This record gives sequence, C-alpha cells and structure tokens, in this order.
Amino acid sequence: MSAVCLRTEKLRKHYGGLRAVDGVDLEVRQGERRAIIGPNGAGKTTLFHLLSGEVPATSGRIFLFGQDITRLPSYRRTALGIGRTYQVTNLFPRLTVLENALLATFGLRREKYDPFRAAWQHRQALEDARRLLEEFGLWEKRDWPIGSLSYGEQRQLEIVLALAGRPRLLLLDEPTAGLSPAETQVVTRLVAGLDPQITVLLIEHDMDVAFQVAQRVTVLHFGRVLAEGTVDEVRGNPEVQAIYLGVGEL
Amino acid sequence: MGLRWVGWALGAAVALALPQVLPLYFTHLVLLTMIYGLSAMSLDLLAGYTGLTSFGHAAYFGAAAYTVGILTTQHRVPPALAFPAGVAAAAALAAVYGLLATRAVGVYFLIITLALGMGTWGLAYRWSSVTGGDNGLPGIPPLELGLPWSTADPKHLYYLILVIFCLATFLLYRLVRSPFGLSLRGIRESEGRMRMLGYNTWLHRYVAFVVAGTFAGLAGSLYAFYNRFVSPPDLHIAASAEAVLMVILGGAGTLFGPLVGAGIVVFLRNLVSAYTHRWMLILGVVFVLTVMYAPQGVAGGARALWARWRGRAVTPPVAGPGKEPVAER
Amino acid sequence: MQFWLTQLLNGLSFAALVFLLASGLTLIFGLMRIVNIAHGSYYLLGAYVALTVVQATGSFLAAALAGSLTVAAVGVVMQRAFLSRFYRAEQAQVLLTMGFSFIFADLALWIWGGDPHRLPTPRALAGSVDLGLTFFPTYRLAVIGVGVLVALFLWLLQERTRLGAVVRAAVDDQEMARGLGIHVDPVLTGMFAVGAALAGFGGVMGGPFLGVYPGVDSEVLPLAFAVVIIGGLGSLKGALVGSVLVGVLDNLGKALFPELSYFTLFVPMAIVLAIRPTGLFGRA
Repeated sequence: MSAVCLRTEKLRKHYGGLRAVDGVDLEVRQGERRAIIGPNGAGKTTLFHLLSGEVPATSGRIFLFGQDITRLPSYRRTALGIGRTYQVTNLFPRLTVLENALLATFGLRREKYDPFRAAWQHRQALEDARRLLEEFGLWEKRDWPIGSLSYGEQRQLEIVLALAGRPRLLLLDEPTAGLSPAETQVVTRLVAGLDPQITVLLIEHDMDVAFQVAQRVTVLHFGRVLAEGTVDEVRGNPEVQAIYLGVGEL
Repeated sequence: MGLRWVGWALGAAVALALPQVLPLYFTHLVLLTMIYGLSAMSLDLLAGYTGLTSFGHAAYFGAAAYTVGILTTQHRVPPALAFPAGVAAAAALAAVYGLLATRAVGVYFLIITLALGMGTWGLAYRWSSVTGGDNGLPGIPPLELGLPWSTADPKHLYYLILVIFCLATFLLYRLVRSPFGLSLRGIRESEGRMRMLGYNTWLHRYVAFVVAGTFAGLAGSLYAFYNRFVSPPDLHIAASAEAVLMVILGGAGTLFGPLVGAGIVVFLRNLVSAYTHRWMLILGVVFVLTVMYAPQGVAGGARALWARWRGRAVTPPVAGPGKEPVAER
Repeated sequence: MQFWLTQLLNGLSFAALVFLLASGLTLIFGLMRIVNIAHGSYYLLGAYVALTVVQATGSFLAAALAGSLTVAAVGVVMQRAFLSRFYRAEQAQVLLTMGFSFIFADLALWIWGGDPHRLPTPRALAGSVDLGLTFFPTYRLAVIGVGVLVALFLWLLQERTRLGAVVRAAVDDQEMARGLGIHVDPVLTGMFAVGAALAGFGGVMGGPFLGVYPGVDSEVLPLAFAVVIIGGLGSLKGALVGSVLVGVLDNLGKALFPELSYFTLFVPMAIVLAIRPTGLFGRA
C-alpha cells in the first residue's frame, strides 16, 4: 500500500460570503492519477491555489507526505515537491523559450543567486532545460520569444516548467484547454507516460481525457466533494449525472 | 563576433583619447554622462529588469554625495576613506528603505519610493546643522588617492572615473546576465509563477533594491568629488525623475540604453541651459513625448529593429530525427 | 496647555489642506487607478491663479472660484487628451503626470516668477478668535471648518447620491456600467476634474498661511502620498484619518524638532507600511 501523498482536512476558502472551497477532505496516494471534475465555479482552481500556496486557506489543513504545509508560502512548497500548471497560460511573456525553461530548472538550485557567471554557463541547469525542451520538441525553438509559439506549444511549455522542479505532486489545471484533438492526444499520452512515482492531480473539463488518464475521480460541487471513487463508480453515480445533465456527456 | 571586438576596441580608443582631443567642455559632459549613466543603469536594474520603477532613486545618489561632503568638509576625513563611506551610506539607506518599499509592488512601490525620496530631501533641506540646509556643502576636496597625477585636473579625474565606471558597468553587465539577473526578469514577467518555481521573490526584489541603491551611491560619491559641491536639489524628486527619464529615453531593460539616455539628458540640459531657463519645461515635454511616442526608448527601438532584421533571416526549425511535429500549424 | 491647543489647531488647519489634496488624489486613484503626480502642481496652480485674481479684484471668493475652476479645466484637458489614451497602462499614466508636473511647475515659475507670495487673508476672516485658553487666527479656524464641510460633502456624494452610485458602479466594473447604458467617460472626466478642483482649492485655502512659491508642489505632494499610503489608496475615510495624523504630527514635529520635521512625517507612513501595506482602510 503506497504512502499518502496528499491529504487535506476540512479545507476551506471563503471570500466574504462566497464559499469557494467549503470543507474539502481529500486523500491521494502516491503515484495515483486523480481527476478533479465538476461544473464551472465548483472550486477546482481555487482548490489548486490552496494546494500550491498561492492563496491562503481560511481554515483547514494540508499535508504533503505527512508534513503540514498549510502555512508554508508557495516557494517552500515547490521545494517540498509540488509543481503546477495553470488554466490560463502563465509563462514569462517577454523571455525566450530557453529562458523560461532555465528559470524553471534554476528554481530549486542554490545557483539561482549567482550574480556573476552567465546563466547558460551553469551546465547542470542548462542540461536539465535542454532535456526537457527536447522531450517536447521545443529545443530548436529555444531562442524564440513565447509569443511566436503556437498555443499548443505554449501549453506544453507550461508542463515543462512544472516538471523542471522534479515534483512529487503535480497539479495540472486543465492542461488540454483550447487544444486541438491531436494536441490533446499528445498531452494525454504525456501525462499517462509520466513517472509512476509522481502523483498527479488533474482538473479537466474534457471527460474523455479525465477518464482516460485517471484511476480515481473526485467530483466537486459548490466547493464540496460531491462524489469520489473509481472512474466507473463516478460515471454511474446518479447525482453526478444530474449535475452534468445538459453540460456534456459522461 | 569579430565585429563586436572591433566595436569595443574602437569605443575604448575613443574614450581614452577624448579628453586629449576634444575641448574641456566635452570632457565635462562625458564625465557627467558616466556619473549619471551609472545611476541610470542602476535604476534600470530595478525598473527595467525587475519591473520596479522607483521615483526616489536620487535619495541614494544624494546620500552618498552628502556623506562624502559631510565627512570631508566637517570631519576632515581623507577622500580615499570618504569615498567608500559614501557608497556604504547609500547601501545602508537602501537596505533600510528597501524593507519598506518591497512591501509593495506596482504603483504602491512607486509612490512609496517617491515619498521616501522626498523625505530624504527634506532631511537634507532642513537639517541645516549637519547638511548645510539650503546652502549645501561647498568645498569638497578633490579625490586624491595618492596617485602621481592630481585629480584636481578634470582630465585626470576623467580617467579615474572612466576606470571606476568601466569596472562598475562590467559588474552590472555580469549581474544582468547571471542567474540572479534572469530571476529578476522572471519576477518582472510573472512573480506568481516565479514563486511557484521555487523562488523567494521578496528576497530577490530586496537584493535588487539594495544593489541598485549601492551603485547609485557609487555614482553619488563620484559626483561629490567631481562637482565639489552637494546641495538639496541633488536629491529632489526632479533628480529622481531625470533618472527615470534617462532609463525610459534610453530603453528600459537594456542596461546600456539608460547610459545613452543619460548622455542625451546631460547634453540636452547643457544645450538648453545655454539659451533658456526653461529646462524643466523642456524636461517635462520630453518626458511626455517619450512616453507617448517612444516608450521603448532608443535602445529598445534599436533592439526591435535588429530583431525584425534578424527575424527575416531565421530559417524555419527542423524536427529532430524520429520526432513527430508536436503541434499543428 | 495653551501650547498644545495651539499646536493641535495649527495641525488641524494643515490637516484640512492636506485632506483637500489627498482626497482628490485618492478619488482619482480609486476611480481610475491613476497616480496623479501632477496633483502637487494643481495645488500650486490653484494658489497662483487665486493670487492673480485676488490682486486684480480684491475678492477672495472670486479668487477661490477661479483657482479651483482653472485647475479643474487643466485636469480635464490632461485627462481627456492624454491620460485616457493609456487606459489600464498604469505606469505610462504615472509617467505622463510626472512630465506634466514639471511643465506646470516651470510655466508657473515663468509666469509668476521665483519670489514667494502670500495670499491676503480675506477681510471677513481676518483677526483672531478668543478661545479662552488662547487666541487663534480666525482664518485658520475657517480652514478647519471648510475641511470638515468638504469631507462631509464628499462622503454624502459618495454614499448617498445617485451620482455617487454611478461612480461606484463605474469603479467596480466599467464594462458592466457601460453595458447598462451609463456614460462612463464623462463620469471619469468629471471626477478627475473634481479631484483636480479639490487640489486647486486646497492651494487657494493654503495661500494665506502656507504661501505659494516655486517648490511648494514638490513639498506637499509627498505629504498627500504619505496620507494615502497611511489611509489606503481609494479610501475617503483613510484620507481623512491620514490627513489628521499627518497634519498634527507635522506641526508637532516643527515645534519640537524642526530640523527633522519633514522627514519624521514619513515615520507613520513607514509604520503603517510595515504593518499593513495596503493602508489602514485600503483594499488591495
């Protein structure tokens, strides 16, 4: 039985009267692929913000491999092994592809404080960046500004940035949003082919992708967990079917 | 590549020959350009590279200049000691102010640095017993460092400042190309993303603030020994605004752009002041025109042109062996 | 005791001036997210125009009107012709206002010269009032009164009128407001004009006891900024509280340690920054 990677206890985020996340208890085992689904406004992205540390929780606790990380700022959580991608592409607009990747590979290295040697003289960081970019076929475009990449390539670079820190927990926020079917397939294969040691939490609107990749599914509704279980269990859950009626096929 | 070395050699030759060939008047202007250029480049580190526009940069310049002035004219401290003391004072001020200013970003940062800058001006203006108040501190001795040539002669001072300037510029140049420099640009582009990549962004911003203030202090110390006189206008918001203009006019985020901007402002000011008292009016107009029509500045515009020229010569990328194209075109 | 009362009243009259300046600044920022560096020069222009008018007509009232309206007009031109082109480009807008502040300051220097001036105290408010403990200039008491009235007026405008509701809608969601048929642009320009007029009015009010001289714009602007940092950008209540704090502390400082007084004004600003970076009543 593998270790528990992520556990949340009555996690809440209230914005005044708005209860974005309203008492979520989550337990994800190491190596698991968990899809987080639910209608718009269910609190999925807010949940990710809470897990990554970008938004402070109103109440509740978060544990990463048993360690309480609730009070830790996001950069400390990254050091502990959390990586994430964003629903709206969050790259470094005026920097080149390589610079984006280098920022990611320097992120958890002491060398990021070096004020004298040129960035690309740091062999290891550069090598890591090269490997990642080559995996996604972006190495040839390393000197291109982000704006010159296609949307699909930008989404891939998003994932490059998240993987650079060798995360133990990967939070993917709608990685296939806006992608063509071919591009979606590429991402799906990629996620499926990730190191089985990495735990993956995946927010998805595309049910095909979600059910293809995930072993277990958590359904959020109005900030609460409505249902949780294997793909088939959730698919067959009448409540879940009800909230998706008219929204899409299960 | 060879072209670059020729360029550097040419530049060095010009810089070295300048005071021997051109009238003294020009030597003075180039000297001032180096001093203000250093200050502008240090501001670019903060504004152009980190995205933190400070409207109080003259405070560190002035703090160093005043420290030199106070130590040499009131306490008979030898110039060789007063010089680094000035830089240290600026660094200390930046360290303190930085704790406050880095609590905020964006426009808040702007007005906080503005307020801190003018607060420091108020200190120079009202604390007459120490700073000489409105009258300032005249009679600063020349920067004699025990060299065989007296720096009371502006030509000799030029060479001394040239050396210091080149050294400082070299350090800044290395800094912006280093991983730390890259992290500053990352913070400028998306601070949240940086934090998610593992960077303690506050620390990076704070260090950048202190480094920028320190280099501004270096410029200020040089200024005190060049001008031999320091007074409240040297720390006024107008001085800070001139520094901002130098950065924008030259091109924010290019490091050497602001040096060009400093040159433009120094030469323009001298030219204008020969004919009219209305320098501030012209400064304001140049400000407005630059923001409206040339926000990228000289270097920024040059870079854009260069990129477009190169862009046409770039060959389309080739997919590696065995790799499928990953995106539809 | 007499000393403290005098200091307090001096401080409050200065606070009223600072409030006029800061309320305009915070109004403009709260509405348009524009940090108006030219605000200090609005104060300056208002005072100078009033000086000319009062010298020509002898009427302080006419001068006050002229000062406020002239600055309002200047504000309208600045906002419509220049600032509105940079919607949402906050830094560009700030830089523009900075450029304009130099233009206005130098034009004022050109037109009115470098000598310091003092506006004559209006005859009706000349002399002093017997407050029992001490005598205090009537005019300065009047300034305090005016400050309170303006604060009340602004609060009513914001909270209780239809115009206030429209403005608040425009602040919260411009697109939505436009969608509802509210003419947002005239509202924004109008409010900018109000903010500018407040600053100009402040210059007129301050004319008789602070005086007007080249450089007064650069001296009062940071104070207004300190107030909005303390009170929170966009908050009227914050501007009031901050102004009282700054005004009273300024006078205290000048009386107790004059050489450091300007600098020490920024200490409360620093304290607030350290504890609550968005100000006492500010929203982030």
